[in-house]
This record gives sequence, structure tokens and C-alpha cells, in this order.
Amino acid sequence: MDEILNLAAAHFKVPREKLTPDEDFFKALGIDSLQTLDLLTKLENHFHVELPDYELQGVSDFRTLAAKIQARL
Amino acid sequence: MFRTMEITKEIKQSEDKAGLGDRCMPGETALSWKFDDGVIELALRRAPCNELGSTSLEELEKFVTALELMQADAHALIIYSEMPSGFCAGADLRELYRRSQTMEKAEAIKGVRDFLERIHRVFNLIDASRLTTIAAVHGVTFGGGFELALTCDLIIADKMARFCFPELRLGLIPGFGGIPRLKRDLGNGVVRDLLLTGRSFNVTKAQQIGLVSQVVGEGEALRAARATAAQLRKFDRATAAAAKNFIKPIPYDELRREIDMFCELFARPAVEAGLRKFVESTDAQPYLP
Repeated sequence: MDEILNLAAAHFKVPREKLTPDEDFFKALGIDSLQTLDLLTKLENHFHVELPDYELQGVSDFRTLAAKIQARL
Repeated sequence: MFRTMEITKEIKQSEDKAGLGDRCMPGETALSWKFDDGVIELALRRAPCNELGSTSLEELEKFVTALELMQADAHALIIYSEMPSGFCAGADLRELYRRSQTMEKAEAIKGVRDFLERIHRVFNLIDASRLTTIAAVHGVTFGGGFELALTCDLIIADKMARFCFPELRLGLIPGFGGIPRLKRDLGNGVVRDLLLTGRSFNVTKAQQIGLVSQVVGEGEALRAARATAAQLRKFDRATAAAAKNFIKPIPYDELRREIDMFCELFARPAVEAGLRKFVESTDAQPYLP
């Protein structure tokens, strides 16, 4: 979880302390749906997984996102 | 020798300028190109992500006319994007929807066919160019943007590039030549995965399946493309052109069939509903479902 939050904060230049696991990452990061793909790419590269973007439908918090990634490890 | 050629865009009289009109401001162009030391560079520069609509098409048509003249003295063409968000997000769906709403169905379909035939002509000319062509991509490379990249001999991608054929999500298929070109380059199983799931995939996958020649650091695609183009200068142009002609057939018959299939599908009500949903999204950059 920490790795995901750190990656997201660094990529979108948002203070790390502003991000929490259950927060809506669209609002927290100030990103739109297309920029979410950048986050997905970062996470795929970092964790060496392939996560189909349709699995992110309806996902808006880091905790659920982490679970999706965990399922691919 | 350095020449820069830009097309000055005329302000288009549109019945709906507010919000849904062309995203090039007066005096701006959707693309520009330059010819320097045997390398032609085509820069895509239409905010937000080089969506391919009527303005881009008109300028691309002018580009390929100029290309026919320039390529006698050139050995490489590089296509890249100046937009931070990516190479190209695909067709301008907002323009497509807006225009289709102002016409009878039959007229709209005719307009779509006309657009497709024109863009196919442009893409076919780039595909068949005697130059070695390189797409230097980053970020979003979706739909028509992916199809533009596929016209090139080589794709060099930075590690943030992402590829997708999302058309099925709208009840359509890729209409700018993507299916025949993808079939030309990749195994059928991979093509089915991309088309039938409509999912996006990253450069690691792209390189694994043989789509991408080189993966480079973020922001480095154009530099790598220029380095590759410099290498290409060493080779006899006629030999390189002959080799390219031998190994890279243009699937003209399939390309024409793709246009027919696209137009048939466009006539369906589900497509209009999908386009409306996309256009009415309040997201700054909506992503297809």
C-alpha cells in the first residue's frame, strides 16, 4: 500500500501525507480518467504486472487498487 | 539545410464553437513539419491529445502532398507529438458526434465514409513512403493514434506509452486501417485480444508482442528516433526502399473492407448512444467505458 501511495504522490507531485488508502484518488490526485492510465502504467512497471484497465472500472480508492494489483502478483 | 513549413489554419465557421469546436486557437496549427539533414519530422500539436478530426485531416493531406516532394531528398520520417498527454488519443469523437447530429442518418454515414476514405489515403501514403518511417510515441496512443503509429516502419516508445483499440466500447471497429495493419504486424491471437477486449496495454507488453522496436526512458522517444534516423542515413536509399517494399505489403483490399464494415456499424443506434455518453461526460478527458 505504501509503495502505491508513494508512487502516486511522486508521479502526480502531490504531498504524500495527503493520500490515504480509502480516499478517492481522482480527487486526491486531481486527475481525470485518462491520467489514471498514467498511474496504471507506473504501477504495472513497478510491480511487473499486467492489469487490464477494465478491472479498474468503478475503482476509485487506493485500497481497492492495491487489492487488484495483489491479485496479479 | 533547415526548412520549416507550417500551414496556417483558417478559422472555421462552426455552428457550435462554444466548448465543442476545434481545439486549435486562431493562428495555431494541428501539426507542423520540418526537413533537416535528410530527416522529415512531423509534429502533432493539437490540444488536448491530437484528436484526429477535420482540421487535422486537412493538414495531414497537405503534409502528404509536401511529403511527395520532400522525400526525394530525405531518408527518414519521424512522427511525434508535442502534447504532454500522449501521441494521439484517436478520432475526434466530439466532432464526429456533433456533426452527425446535424444531419440525416444517410448524410452522416456518407460524411463518415468520405472522412475515412480521405484519412485512409493519407495513412496509406505514409505507410507506402519510400522513406523509413518512425513513430516516436509517449503516453496515450489510442484508436486512430495507434493506427497512425502502425503506418510507420518502426515504433519507438517511451516507458509511459500506452496502446489501445477502444472502438468496440463504442460499438465500432478501428476505422483508420488498424485491423489490417495490426494483422500484418502481429499474431492473430494478440490482435483478437486487443480488438475484442478493448483494453489498453503498456510498453512492456507492446515490446513482448513485437509491436514496439525500442523502449526508452520517459520523454526520450524523439531523441531515440533521431538517433535511429541518423543511423539510417548510412544506407543506400534505393536499397532500403526496395527492402521495405518487399517486406511490408499494404493490405489495400482489407483496408477498403474495413471502411465498409465501419460504415455499416456506424449506422446502428448503439453507436450514437455510445458517442453521446462519451461527449456528455463531465470528465475533462473522458475515457471510454
